[in-house]
Amino acid sequence: MSARLTAREITLRYGERVVSTRLSLDVPDGAFTAIVGPNACGKSTLLRALVRLLRPESGHVELDGREVGGYASKALAKQLGFLPQDPLAPDDIKVRQLVSRGRFPHQSLLALWSAQDEEAVAEAMASAGVADLGDRPVQELSGGQRQRVWMAMVLAQRTPYLLLDEPTSFLDITHQYQLLGLLARLRDEGRTVIAVLHDINQACRYADHLVAMRDGRVVAEGVPKDVVDAALIKDVFELPSVIVPDPVTGTPMVVPTLQGE
Amino acid sequence: MNHTLGLRVERRTAVLVVVMVALMLCLALLGLCYGASWASPGKVFAVLTGAERSVVISDWRLPRVLAGLVFGAALGVAGALFQNLTRNPMGSPDVIGLDAGAYTGALIAITVLSGTSAQLATGSVLGGLLVAAAIYLLAFERGFSGLRLVVIGIAVNAMVTAVNSWIVLRAELEVAIAAVGWSAGSLNGVGWGDLGIPFAIIALLLILMTTRAHAMHQASLGDAVAATTGVALNRLRLLMVLVGVGCTATVTAVAGPIAFIALAAPQIGRRLAGAAGVPLLPAALTGAVLLQGADLLAQMLLAPVALPVGVVSTAIGGCYLIWLLTKEVRRA
Ligand SMILES: Nc1ncnc2c1ncn2[C@@H]1O[C@H](COP(=O)(O)OP(=O)(O)OP(=O)(O)O)[C@@H](O)[C@H]1O
Ligand SMILES: [Mg+2]
Repeated sequence: MSARLTAREITLRYGERVVSTRLSLDVPDGAFTAIVGPNACGKSTLLRALVRLLRPESGHVELDGREVGGYASKALAKQLGFLPQDPLAPDDIKVRQLVSRGRFPHQSLLALWSAQDEEAVAEAMASAGVADLGDRPVQELSGGQRQRVWMAMVLAQRTPYLLLDEPTSFLDITHQYQLLGLLARLRDEGRTVIAVLHDINQACRYADHLVAMRDGRVVAEGVPKDVVDAALIKDVFELPSVIVPDPVTGTPMVVPTLQGE
Repeated sequence: MNHTLGLRVERRTAVLVVVMVALMLCLALLGLCYGASWASPGKVFAVLTGAERSVVISDWRLPRVLAGLVFGAALGVAGALFQNLTRNPMGSPDVIGLDAGAYTGALIAITVLSGTSAQLATGSVLGGLLVAAAIYLLAFERGFSGLRLVVIGIAVNAMVTAVNSWIVLRAELEVAIAAVGWSAGSLNGVGWGDLGIPFAIIALLLILMTTRAHAMHQASLGDAVAATTGVALNRLRLLMVLVGVGCTATVTAVAGPIAFIALAAPQIGRRLAGAAGVPLLPAALTGAVLLQGADLLAQMLLAPVALPVGVVSTAIGGCYLIWLLTKEVRRA
């Protein structure tokens, strides 16, 4: 398993609050990696460090053996696409305008808007299922629609890497599976997907590589079938459960044994 | 949506540009005609084309009209830059104390030094930059918060304004009278000699900012998305501060602190254009129209006494502020 994007012994903190200490992670190339873990365990923080929004206090985040901090802004933005957990759209922006902003790293003062940009935006909007929303103001959309619009913006960026912080959190069940299916297709086309997911069963179904975190540490990682068992779920989420094979895919399915608590 | 020069120009913005430019030309013409004695538009055109001579029109009214338009545009852009930086419609240079700081610099240039126009300009820019740096240091606490910056800026503005009053009180009588006349912001008596360097500086700053306008709009997506789509945020912010302070201070050095144009123009322009974020072009055009319009009113209201334009712009700005606040309160 090769990894172009790696974190080596990184320590991440916000002021006094240390989130992760000496965390290491290899993001497998061309695979779908899912990060799971309880609230506040540091998933978003890790993602932010990978896309250089947060500078590690020590350790290195490297892409192709080069520190991400050393890349020019646009050069890195052509490699790593990022969807934050709660992006905020500017007032009065229309859907198509917002999606078009994903083309920023491909534009320059002399090449502002190309046919390729046009095509990338149209394709991204179709993939994310927002093609019919183009002229609507983003602030007037439902939460799920808005999330798909932001997804389209990241897709329009056409990066080999997609780092997505809870891309399905506002979606109805059908749209959740549509999005996960889309991510799997993108993976099949050779892109590397890293997504924070809260639904562990979906993570097991779609991910090639599962990263389970707790308290800022990576507790387990690997192929979901190999790493997910009742002990891990107990350890990571403090949730008693039984693991059964998913009747459709055979991947692990977590069934909590807690009742009415 | 059509693509001119590869830029996506919304139809509504295009219409706005045409309307605003027409309005600017009308107000400019009115400014050239109006004065102690009315000159007919025909005469004004004759003077502009060189067919006739009139010192009043070409050396008194024309520089004043151009100053109204160019300074208005500069203030509008400065306001848009700071409103973008702070992501807050209240975050304009006049509200957060940059005008006052530039005015302090100018006052020091007159009272302590000899008050040449180069000293005035340098003093204003330094004063504006110092206040900007002070606000930034006070507001910077593990990251950048627009709201904190605005609130601290308002406090700084009050303090710097008090310092300005103190300087004026301590100054020689004739200097103090001149300074007070100018303290509201005024285009009275502006002539060609005052405008060469300021216009050049403003042109340079606006061209510089135009090349980064695309990045500025990208930055309105929030720090995270802006950075991960390739905006070098720190560099961009520094440039925005420098251009914003530069425009504000240059105008202040010549005309004093003209309040409220920078506050109101970007928001009015943005609403008229129906645009996302706070774009620069509508802000510049609206600023030019507002300041030139306000200056005409200032000349007409108590004619033959010419009011400082700042008095009128403050009245306009006050109405705008009341409207903005009632709207925000209703929304909350
Ligand atoms: N900007 C910030 N400033 C200070 N502390 C922060 C900041 N962002 C996150 N934290 C803290 O860092 C820790 C990890 O947060 P993080 O957002 O990475 O959690 P998470 O795993 O993504 O949780 P969730 O599932 O709720 O999204 C938490 O304790 C959180 O309170
Ligand atoms: Mg999170």
